[in-house]
Amino acid sequence: MPEIDVPLERVGFGSTSRSDFWWVAPLVVFLGLGAFVVYATWAGLQGDYYRFGPYLSPFYSPELFGSAHAWFGPKPGWWPAWLIWSPAILILWAPGGFRVTCYYYRGAYYKAFWADPPSCTVGEPRKYYRGEHSFPLIWQNIHRYFLYLGIFFIGDLAYDAWNGFWFNGHFGVGVGSLVLLVNVILLSGYTFGCHSLRHLVGGVLDRLSRSPARKKVYDCVSCLNARHMTWAWCSLFWVAFSDVYIRLCAMGVWHDWRIF
Amino acid sequence: MATATFRVWRGDAKGGKFQDFVMEVAPGMVVLDAIHEIQSSQANDLAVRWNCKAGKCGSCSAEINGMPKLMCMTRLSQLPLEKPITVEPMRSFPLVKDLVTDVSWNFRVKEQIKPFRPRKPDAPDGTWRMDQKDVDRVQEFRKCIECFLCQDVCHVLRNHHLYDQFIGPRFFVYAAALEMHPLDVEDRLKDLRKTQGIGFCNITKCCTKVCPESIHITDNAIIPLKERVVDQFYDPLKKLFRVFQGDK
Repeated sequence: MPEIDVPLERVGFGSTSRSDFWWVAPLVVFLGLGAFVVYATWAGLQGDYYRFGPYLSPFYSPELFGSAHAWFGPKPGWWPAWLIWSPAILILWAPGGFRVTCYYYRGAYYKAFWADPPSCTVGEPRKYYRGEHSFPLIWQNIHRYFLYLGIFFIGDLAYDAWNGFWFNGHFGVGVGSLVLLVNVILLSGYTFGCHSLRHLVGGVLDRLSRSPARKKVYDCVSCLNARHMTWAWCSLFWVAFSDVYIRLCAMGVWHDWRIF
Repeated sequence: MATATFRVWRGDAKGGKFQDFVMEVAPGMVVLDAIHEIQSSQANDLAVRWNCKAGKCGSCSAEINGMPKLMCMTRLSQLPLEKPITVEPMRSFPLVKDLVTDVSWNFRVKEQIKPFRPRKPDAPDGTWRMDQKDVDRVQEFRKCIECFLCQDVCHVLRNHHLYDQFIGPRFFVYAAALEMHPLDVEDRLKDLRKTQGIGFCNITKCCTKVCPESIHITDNAIIPLKERVVDQFYDPLKKLFRVFQGDK
């Protein structure tokens, strides 16, 4: 690679000629993502108030072990006594990993949490930089595997949303049914607009016209991908709100209104 | 007529400082108009590179109020004229004089990228057939005017100075235009990973934000190239498929 002729000066941390409020966007991301991580960790460790009637909190779905409704029965006997138990611990790593390795979130949290850079044309705190070129961030390339898990979760949450319309064997609509329905729609918009999915369904091909079906799927994914950031934030907010709604209903704080 | 203060960088590779120029501004003016007015009436030796004044030659790249922009496409009506407007050269390239930088490193980088290599002709007369749908995708990348604003804003170059390991967003767009071309059969993925440093990009999308041609640099060029690199070098399932398919 050619070298540049003159060694350029490095600017100091936070140094910039920008006169706009450049710090607002990273601050909002820091507060938004930080609040979500704190709440999701707290809610995931509670191990209680995650079911109400036909509703199951998305933080606890699928419930592999735990209550009588769990796929494989109650808490497993091999679970270490010293380790805190919650059904969410077994599954939250998968959607969490999908978000952590997401191309949109990567760019956002590198800025907001690591100041790398704090914002465009703003000086950084560190001189040393490896990016995603080597360990540890080279592991971000695992994203497509979390995508595969994410698609499974969409199917699972769609099943939960369907179950949310059945009250003691009778079809009905409660506010919670709509909350879970909106949740799976927003998460689908986010998951099916994934950059890795866009690549896998068609972006990998140079002559996409020879595969008309893949071209159509590629166009659909590209359409969702164009608003990936919006889907990411809306789905993040709503998945937390879904848990809040079910938790407060289960605690008796909120009343779940039946529409019919 | 309203007045505005332009805080313009004056100096060369040895050093420099901002100098204030107060002038009257008229509706419809762009920053390059103001710089030309300053050049003609207040600072005849002010160095500025420009050519088309229509956002197509990519010559008048500079940093206006700290953000990389084309001077000819930045209207004064878009700027807060009650405060001084800073105009400075691109900070990622060596300064020649005032607002002029030496961007020749970019041309040397371009020479490192493997050129277009088409497959064998489709027809006996030596011509090829392409579907418009396949060309549409790379057509976006052909809009690049090589203003190098994306190179200027990229923190890998700007803050970390990895000029010897990283080719920058402009040349990922260039590589994507070749790599995704329906006729091209050259393989650039090894170079992109090893010597051209695509892994250094951490997707901050600053390049996309400053592109005057609104090319979706990150989403349509860099990330698809990153995914192709993952296919080739990091995805064990893809490697397994290639073994079964008899590919290397």
